[in-house]
Amino acid sequence: MLTALLLFFPLAAALLLHFVKGKAGRVFAFGAALLEFLVAVYAAITFNASNTGQLEVNLPWIASAGISFHIGMDGLSLLLVLLTTFLVPLILLASFRHDYKNESAFYALVLFMQTGLIGVFTSMDAFLFYFFWEVALIPIYFLAGIWGGERRVAVTFKFFLYTIIGSLFMLAGFVYLYYQTGPAANGLAAHTSDLQAFYNLSLTAAEQSWLFWLIFIAFAVKMPIFPFHTWQPDTYTEAPAPATMLLSGIMLKMGIYGCLRWLLPITPLGVSQWGWLIMILAVIGIIYGAIIAIRQRDMKRLIAYSSLSHVGLMAAGVFSLTQMGLQGAVVQMLAHGVNVVGMFFIADIIQRRTNTRLIPELGGLTQTTPLLSVSFLVVLLATVALPLTSGFVGEFLLLAGVFQYNNWLGAVAGITIILGAVYLLRMFQRVMLGPATAFTAAFRDLNGAELAVLVPLIVMIFWIGLFPNTFLQMSEPSVIRILSLMQR
Amino acid sequence: MASIILLSVLGIANLFLGFLRSNRMLLPAAMVILLIVFGANVYDWNAPAQSYFNKMLTIDRFSVAFTGIVVLTTLLLLPFSQKYVRDNEANLAEYYSLLLFSLVGAIMMVSYDNMLMLFVGIEILSISMYVVAGSDKRNVRSNEAALKYFLMGSFATGILLFGIALVYGATGAFQLSEIGTAVTNPANDSLRPMLYIGILLMLIGIGFKVSAAPFHYWTPDVYEGTPTFFAAFMSTVVKTAGFAAFLKLLVQAFPAAQDFWIPTIVAMCALTLLIGNVGAVAQQSVKRMLAYSSISHAGYLLIGLVAFNGQLSGLSANGIFFYSLAYSIATVAAFGVLKLVHDQRQREDYDGLNGLARTNPLLAFVMTIAMLSLAGIPLTGGFFGKFFLFGAAVDKGYIGLVVFAVVMSMVGIYYYLRPIIAMYMKPADDDVATPIAVGSFQSAVLFVLALLTVALGVLPGLVSGIL
Repeated sequence: MLTALLLFFPLAAALLLHFVKGKAGRVFAFGAALLEFLVAVYAAITFNASNTGQLEVNLPWIASAGISFHIGMDGLSLLLVLLTTFLVPLILLASFRHDYKNESAFYALVLFMQTGLIGVFTSMDAFLFYFFWEVALIPIYFLAGIWGGERRVAVTFKFFLYTIIGSLFMLAGFVYLYYQTGPAANGLAAHTSDLQAFYNLSLTAAEQSWLFWLIFIAFAVKMPIFPFHTWQPDTYTEAPAPATMLLSGIMLKMGIYGCLRWLLPITPLGVSQWGWLIMILAVIGIIYGAIIAIRQRDMKRLIAYSSLSHVGLMAAGVFSLTQMGLQGAVVQMLAHGVNVVGMFFIADIIQRRTNTRLIPELGGLTQTTPLLSVSFLVVLLATVALPLTSGFVGEFLLLAGVFQYNNWLGAVAGITIILGAVYLLRMFQRVMLGPATAFTAAFRDLNGAELAVLVPLIVMIFWIGLFPNTFLQMSEPSVIRILSLMQR
Repeated sequence: MASIILLSVLGIANLFLGFLRSNRMLLPAAMVILLIVFGANVYDWNAPAQSYFNKMLTIDRFSVAFTGIVVLTTLLLLPFSQKYVRDNEANLAEYYSLLLFSLVGAIMMVSYDNMLMLFVGIEILSISMYVVAGSDKRNVRSNEAALKYFLMGSFATGILLFGIALVYGATGAFQLSEIGTAVTNPANDSLRPMLYIGILLMLIGIGFKVSAAPFHYWTPDVYEGTPTFFAAFMSTVVKTAGFAAFLKLLVQAFPAAQDFWIPTIVAMCALTLLIGNVGAVAQQSVKRMLAYSSISHAGYLLIGLVAFNGQLSGLSANGIFFYSLAYSIATVAAFGVLKLVHDQRQREDYDGLNGLARTNPLLAFVMTIAMLSLAGIPLTGGFFGKFFLFGAAVDKGYIGLVVFAVVMSMVGIYYYLRPIIAMYMKPADDDVATPIAVGSFQSAVLFVLALLTVALGVLPGLVSGIL
């Protein structure tokens, strides 16, 4: 029941928010998100790390078609639920600094999206998964489309079409798989869409070969993997800061999670047939994103491309099919979620104060802003993957995994650490150091509300960096199970 | 059966309200009549199947289910007739009564057992529609719509009748079950060509009524000219009844000839999907877009016929039922909002919707739900409608057709998003910034429509396997 509570509580809060008028809406939304986080923490405390799904709810949904409302969590799901519930209150807190038109609707959409995200991370039925996959898309489309920047209409339109078309391929794949299954457990339907039934299928290599692509495209667009990424920089740039944080911090992980939970165990032969190609695409993405990031003048765009580079590495880790690579991907999902939200938040702070996010127009902030400088540096170094910070553990494991797969690919992917240092440190140097400009002359340091967002993020950065085992041991049984399912 | 009698008798009673000059009573009276009919229909659901008039009609679960859709749709649509009522005070009662009578035709179409009843039902429905299409008498477009619909419709009826005659010639029967046995009788093999031509002509006749390509040309023009309220009726009730009649005909009369007509319908289906969706992309008027979209939905429903399983139950019939229901509700919502906008802004293009989310959040919300449902996006009934139909076709092995339909629904997402973008993401022009006045009853009905659409999308199990 706890999973169902986690799933529906944000939705209920979003609906109730309709009746809360004015500024009280923020307090209500934030309170609900915080409560949700506490419930998730409670779930994590009662959780015992093993590979099976726990806290399951399994009810008939469309009994005549063998589709059930089956949710539950294993370690992998739980970590992503924790990430979601941890980031959403912070994202809400971060958005209080803006006076959005009709802000109750804004917060309601964020909470609505949280339901979709948690649904994706906990679904154990293929059609339920697809359902929540789209449910998560609708609010973010409106968030970015209504409250975004000038070019928002065209950009979000492209984003929406791209992702929904990608996911229709996945649906087609699921429908095919559905018709391969045996009778449902309830005896009413000839087929079932339960995850376990999909795991139990024995598909030929030829079937898996094309099923792999049908399912993978949905995930590839969501992550996004080169060359499916063209929607991403524009959308990240045009969306309002909280929506960008949701997109990059959490939504991007839907793609990686989807690969781990659905793609790898269901089409292992497809993965072994096409894995090399995905590895190459991922490594191209790593280098491509990093090189383009170096050339960016817009802070938000730079972070967007750096995110592209990082997600490429996560995908490469997943498709290395080694335990280290998968574990690295899991921990890096958490680390990247924390880091990228911090980066976008700081970019947003700077933009709010100076009305610009163009790097050449900024500079000389360190003298007046010790708190901002320190926070920025910590988040930035975590993104660069400095040891003791969150980024290091993930990238180390990921690169080790990729090296096990292929030395050459590992070596090329390893360049990302150097390139990452180049574009991020250059950005820091040009934004924070040097002489002050007309834009940055009257810059104030962080206030209490901003610190309230950044301090938990920084705590997490060090927690993941210093005690990664907290998280690694949670996901280890799940990862081992995924790899053993692939050995069928 | 009670529904046919009630509708006929109460329809006449409604006509008398016109003589009493009690125009204000017409709408409530019509709604009460429909509620009574709906109640009688629910009662019929639990009764055993029964034939009437020497087996001319059979009221079984299939016919009750589809009667339920057409009555419910009309009931939810009626509240949007209000503005229309004020503008045409002269002969109001006639229009309300025509709608009620046309429902009698629709019910005959979903419960016929004899070709004669099919023909009578189609004619009752169509003749009412010819009249209401031209009900905006002083408007040239409305006159054009009525004339076009009448001329084309008459041809289609003639072709249908010719088809019935040829089928009779080949099988010697009007009764569906007798035709079914005669088709399988080897003694009739020499008459096969005649039978096939008859079936083909019947497909054309009914295909015209449900606006399937290549017999769809009348649809955009007629919808555009017809008053929005009646256009909504055409695109929901007529289509639902048409498809129920289609399915009944194929299941009960021609199951043995499926090798002939399934390929024909597959071709019609692909063509309809292509023309409907691609045609809708190019439109600048929301109403014309909805007209093309109604063509495309005829295409999706045809997939349900392709997934034919020889019964009035199972995946195919249930798929058509669920899709018709979800489509009708979403279409009523879309046309309802469009009509309210048109009444006060005098515009039917996309820009007429600009800024609606600011001035009328409820209208914008309902329109959004309707568009998402028509586009087939989860959380709405339209998604499960497509899902069940596509699933039924995949089950029968028509993977290529389903892939094509999925691609076409991707195209659909493009044009269904345009009203949403206009409402939420574009500022209102100065001249249209005033809020649209919506009566509290209409608001409540719109809310119910949105709620039903979401309910079908979240709990499809409520009605998904009832046949």
